[in-house]
Amino acid sequence: MIEFKDVNYIHSNGIPALKEINLSIKPKTINALVGSNGTGKTTLARHINGLLKPTSGNVLVFGKNTKKISVASLSKRIGMVFQNSNHQLFADTVKNEILFGLNNFETDSQIIKTRFEWALNFFDLKKYENTSPLKLSGGEKKRLCIASVLAWNPEVLILDEPTVGQDQVQKGKMLEFISNLNKQGKTIIIISHDLEFLWSLKPNVIVMTKGKIRKTGKIADIFSDDELLNQTCLMRPQLLDLWMKLNIKREPPADITKAADIIRRISGS
Amino acid sequence: MKEKSIIKFENFSFRYDSSNEFILKDISLEINKNELVILAGPTGCGKSTLLRSIIGLIPHMHSGEYKGRVIVDQLVVNDVKITDLAKKAGFVFQNPENQIFMFSIERDIAFGLENLATNKTVMRERVDSILSLLEIEHLATKAPHELSDGEKQRAALAGILAMQPKILILDEPTSLLDPKTAINFINIVNDLRKKIGMTVVIVEHRLDLVLEIADKLIILSNGKIIENDSPKQVIHHSKQLIPEIGIPVISRLYRNLAKSNYNFDNAIVTVKEMVKEIRGKRTQ
Repeated sequence: MIEFKDVNYIHSNGIPALKEINLSIKPKTINALVGSNGTGKTTLARHINGLLKPTSGNVLVFGKNTKKISVASLSKRIGMVFQNSNHQLFADTVKNEILFGLNNFETDSQIIKTRFEWALNFFDLKKYENTSPLKLSGGEKKRLCIASVLAWNPEVLILDEPTVGQDQVQKGKMLEFISNLNKQGKTIIIISHDLEFLWSLKPNVIVMTKGKIRKTGKIADIFSDDELLNQTCLMRPQLLDLWMKLNIKREPPADITKAADIIRRISGS
Repeated sequence: MKEKSIIKFENFSFRYDSSNEFILKDISLEINKNELVILAGPTGCGKSTLLRSIIGLIPHMHSGEYKGRVIVDQLVVNDVKITDLAKKAGFVFQNPENQIFMFSIERDIAFGLENLATNKTVMRERVDSILSLLEIEHLATKAPHELSDGEKQRAALAGILAMQPKILILDEPTSLLDPKTAINFINIVNDLRKKIGMTVVIVEHRLDLVLEIADKLIILSNGKIIENDSPKQVIHHSKQLIPEIGIPVISRLYRNLAKSNYNFDNAIVTVKEMVKEIRGKRTQ
């Protein structure tokens, strides 16, 4: 569904940002892009919705080359939530912020109404309907950005650092809706440093270092790789770390209660 | 008598002019010298307001209804100028780009000192020693945009440390950093605190990075302090830890096990401690 073929991208200042990227993202999967700051994750993501075009090589999305289709037509099917909410928000009220994309991509007024109400309520923004987005807290702005994009129901959702500024309860909600969206058939791509958050989603992981793809695989395999962890900015999620130090061969559960049961059993109490 | 505490809130309440409700309600709190204190709580619980009240942004920049007293290193915040407080307490923001802005990092570090009309020789010495303390000599002549995020955050810290504050206040300093860079930053702060003697108040969502090194964990909820003790004590005794404050997985596992009479010698905040406890059980 999304294919990178020998993609190189050089910034306008001459600095290469992506080097020989070959990557295939399958429909209906959850994918995580991880790596240090400034390693090319956001640049790669921007190639998916056509905001950036490769300097050499090709990106194919839904079978079409991004060089040959408009960003607007891609945006309807690929929603992107930026890392910095202030770069995304511009309307005078929360209501108009959500309606903007929705009105652009949807004509049926009944659908617009239903989806608008859904986005407002699901993301706990009803009370701010007529408030300026600029008056919201960092966490609320982030929720508004996601709500505005999900309102038009794109097939692929790209989230750049969605958990920054969110507390544990909001993160839990986000986990739930990301897995629900995925179950409904959406393809999810998340850029994140929040490894505990990613661990609960069990995504395919794409590790980037210095503009290259270093390794791809299941999250448990990625985080069991000592050499990889030593050479990158990644750290092992706590439960996996505990399991490995205790030499438990099976993969740790995502759930704390189940993990506690296993610990009780192995310590005979 | 020598004071043990360096920050003291006495029955402090504050309401912003724009709101009908008090955001902080009858806060009484003492923070001791050279301690590292974590401030946690759900969004909107008053964490930022508490920090602003220490550095004097409240009441000097944000107007509102102010009750009680805040005392910072023997200065009553309400009675002194904000510039007097700036020499006592330095503030590092979440986003270093809001903080570093000069053409080069060394000019940036010198900026605060220039404002205080510091003598040129003293200034040069101070900048050099900060650069070496944070091991960023190689960044001295670089422009802020040439730095990585981790370097920017260290540069922002350097600018604040140049003022030699007794108190360092950090508002989510690692939220834009990758895990290892974040740990490095926290370790730098902690080492400095021990080396030069400094009180650190930090708002940090990633508690797994700081619980082990902190002296106190203060939890705010709805404008009130509901916990104020060592992190291990809070993890151990707190009846219901509010779910918003990201208690690390390993400590949640500890609480789950402890609840069902699994015997621990101590509360647990790191994977290492948990491994030790479980291995002990296995060999019994």
